[in-house]
Amino acid sequence: MTGVGTLPLAAEAAKPATMAQALRRAMRDAMAADPSVHVLGEDVGTLGGVFRITDGLAAEFGDERCTDTPLAEAGILGAAVGMAMYGLRPVVEMQFDAFAYPSFEQLISHVAKMRNRTRGAMPLPITVRVPYGGGIGGVEHHSDSSEAYYMATPGLHVVTPATVADAYGLLRAAIASDDPVVFLEPKRLYWSKAPWSQDAPAEVEPIGRAVVRRSGRTATLITYGPSVPVCLEAAEAAQEEGWDLEVVDLRSLVPFDDETVAASVRRTGRAVVVHESTGFGGPGGEIAARVTERCFHHLEAPVLRVAGFDIPYPPPMLERHHLPGVDRVLDAVARLQWETEN
Amino acid sequence: MKKSSTSVQELPAAAAYRPTPPPAWRPRTDPAPLLPDPEPYRALGTDAAADADPALLLRLYTELVRGRRYNTQATALTKQGRLAVYPSSTGQEACEVAAALVLRAQDWLFPSYRDTLAVVARGLDPVQALTLLRGDWHTGYDPHEHRVAPLSTPLATQLPHAVGLAHAARLKGDDVVALALVGDGGTSEGDFHEALNFAAVWRAPVVFLVQNNGFAISVPLAKQSAAPSLAHKAVGYGMPGRLVDGNDAVAVHTVLGQAMERARRGEGPTLVEAVTYRVDAHTNADDATRYRDAQEVDTWRAHDPIRLLEHELTRRGLLDEEGIAEVAEAAEEMAARLRERMNAEPALDPMDLFAHVHAERTSQLREQEAQLRAELAASAGEGAGDQR
Repeated sequence: MTGVGTLPLAAEAAKPATMAQALRRAMRDAMAADPSVHVLGEDVGTLGGVFRITDGLAAEFGDERCTDTPLAEAGILGAAVGMAMYGLRPVVEMQFDAFAYPSFEQLISHVAKMRNRTRGAMPLPITVRVPYGGGIGGVEHHSDSSEAYYMATPGLHVVTPATVADAYGLLRAAIASDDPVVFLEPKRLYWSKAPWSQDAPAEVEPIGRAVVRRSGRTATLITYGPSVPVCLEAAEAAQEEGWDLEVVDLRSLVPFDDETVAASVRRTGRAVVVHESTGFGGPGGEIAARVTERCFHHLEAPVLRVAGFDIPYPPPMLERHHLPGVDRVLDAVARLQWETEN
Repeated sequence: MKKSSTSVQELPAAAAYRPTPPPAWRPRTDPAPLLPDPEPYRALGTDAAADADPALLLRLYTELVRGRRYNTQATALTKQGRLAVYPSSTGQEACEVAAALVLRAQDWLFPSYRDTLAVVARGLDPVQALTLLRGDWHTGYDPHEHRVAPLSTPLATQLPHAVGLAHAARLKGDDVVALALVGDGGTSEGDFHEALNFAAVWRAPVVFLVQNNGFAISVPLAKQSAAPSLAHKAVGYGMPGRLVDGNDAVAVHTVLGQAMERARRGEGPTLVEAVTYRVDAHTNADDATRYRDAQEVDTWRAHDPIRLLEHELTRRGLLDEEGIAEVAEAAEEMAARLRERMNAEPALDPMDLFAHVHAERTSQLREQEAQLRAELAASAGEGAGDQR
């Protein structure tokens, strides 16, 4: 069996890989390392998933380890609960963000609560992989940012990678976690590339740690998942305006890394939260409140939010107006009270 | 796996096109053997009961009497404020007891909130089985210890768990069967459908027992389902449906036993509908006179699971007045112990609220735990008359 620790061939070390490949490799390595890891979902077997993230797993590990289930999300997650009760470590694929909704009762009433309900006697080490977010021209019900629903449910961990390396490391950590993890995969980053060796993946910090993707001095962009590349691009563009922006990639929405976020904002004194999810009731409100509670005396301006509009996700020909882009981020940065009017 | 050819045959133009029959169709499985019998199966008063093991009959009887007493005691404790709520299974004891006794040690039980009796008959501590309804914690027992899943409050949501557990056990090569309990109302839930479908597709070693007690709180079965019987629903999933008299403990035990055997043989799941009646109201908080006739209740009271079995046992000389009194006395002792233990205040630790949310407390939960601890310390200080 090939484990995580296999030595790389020098030539392979610098090859670019996609986030999709890193996710696939994470499941493959987890399955090789631990026979209790089972993948299940719709079309995950023979087809390899509609995004091909599970490609080859059924061929390598058999249909019983990577299982095409009937088309019923509550049934899939409910069965995963029973499998986890018996000592397996299920990795469930929800085909799209909005197709996960039928499984909410299982997620909220059982997956999130079983450990607590049984005083720790029955933890459920389940990973629920959910491709989420827009930007791929999907028709209705294929582009939701559903993270706020999950964040609002105590008992779940909510994780989302923004880089190829994190996709691997965080998914391995999610599968290894004894807590249920909702693993949100930014589907428009599936084909993003970075130099990454799948045979010697770099260590990734455990779930719950944010990371500073770009250091800066004058304001902090707090973001995650699909909006991380947007913020990095905005930070580059902002240099022309004389703004030196720091970009914090949260990676984990639950647990939330108050420490890293607050440390950054205390340094810069200004903050903008950026995400695709709606602004009203979205994660940004919680994040802005936490930052304000912790950094009030360091703030030069109110914490602003750049979010999706408070509308049902638009049809694909209009989604570019909805998605927070570089210009909208820069507009928000411009409103951070750079010159005090006296 | 064969891939389809990339070259697709071009069809001739309309003038030259000749219709051909579609690929042959046949039913994927013969539905006839899956159909339930026209009448619920009964054993008491028949040769089947006469052939049954006397020790099993006496065990069933003892547990039925104990179970009835447990129900009346728990209902009384609710009226005294010792339980937050109690959904009684009086009238349904035959289903509850047979479900528990048919299981082997390694098998799993998936109860709903009305199945405390089955949980106790399985051997769990009667007080631990009531923590959910007393309200000192949600699940008072370690599910692994007796292989009993937590009492499930959201209807039918425990059924897919039973399927997943049975499936996992089979994948591991373990000889384990899961028995999942649900009511007639629960059969309307999507999770009922999804669980039965998954179970049949996976041939999972699981048995579903529907206790059709006539009512989902106030709604009668006629408003719940138009199926010929709930057992008939099995046919749509490709599994056998069985109908049984749910007040005949021997019949329920027999039918469940056969279904468990079938599951063990790798032949897949079975749906069993036990026709019974909820003699009490939904819970102590419900008023059943608002939606059903006293006459209907009386008819079912007469078809009493305890008296039916008692009749069989006395008729066959397996039980006499003295034996009946002994069983009743043992049940009284159980009730007295239950009363005594339930009248003691449960030990509560508010810090438990944070202890089991995740494997490790998040920094946010640590802060909130510290907050509550400080609040409690402050109020304890006030209580002691301390000056702050």
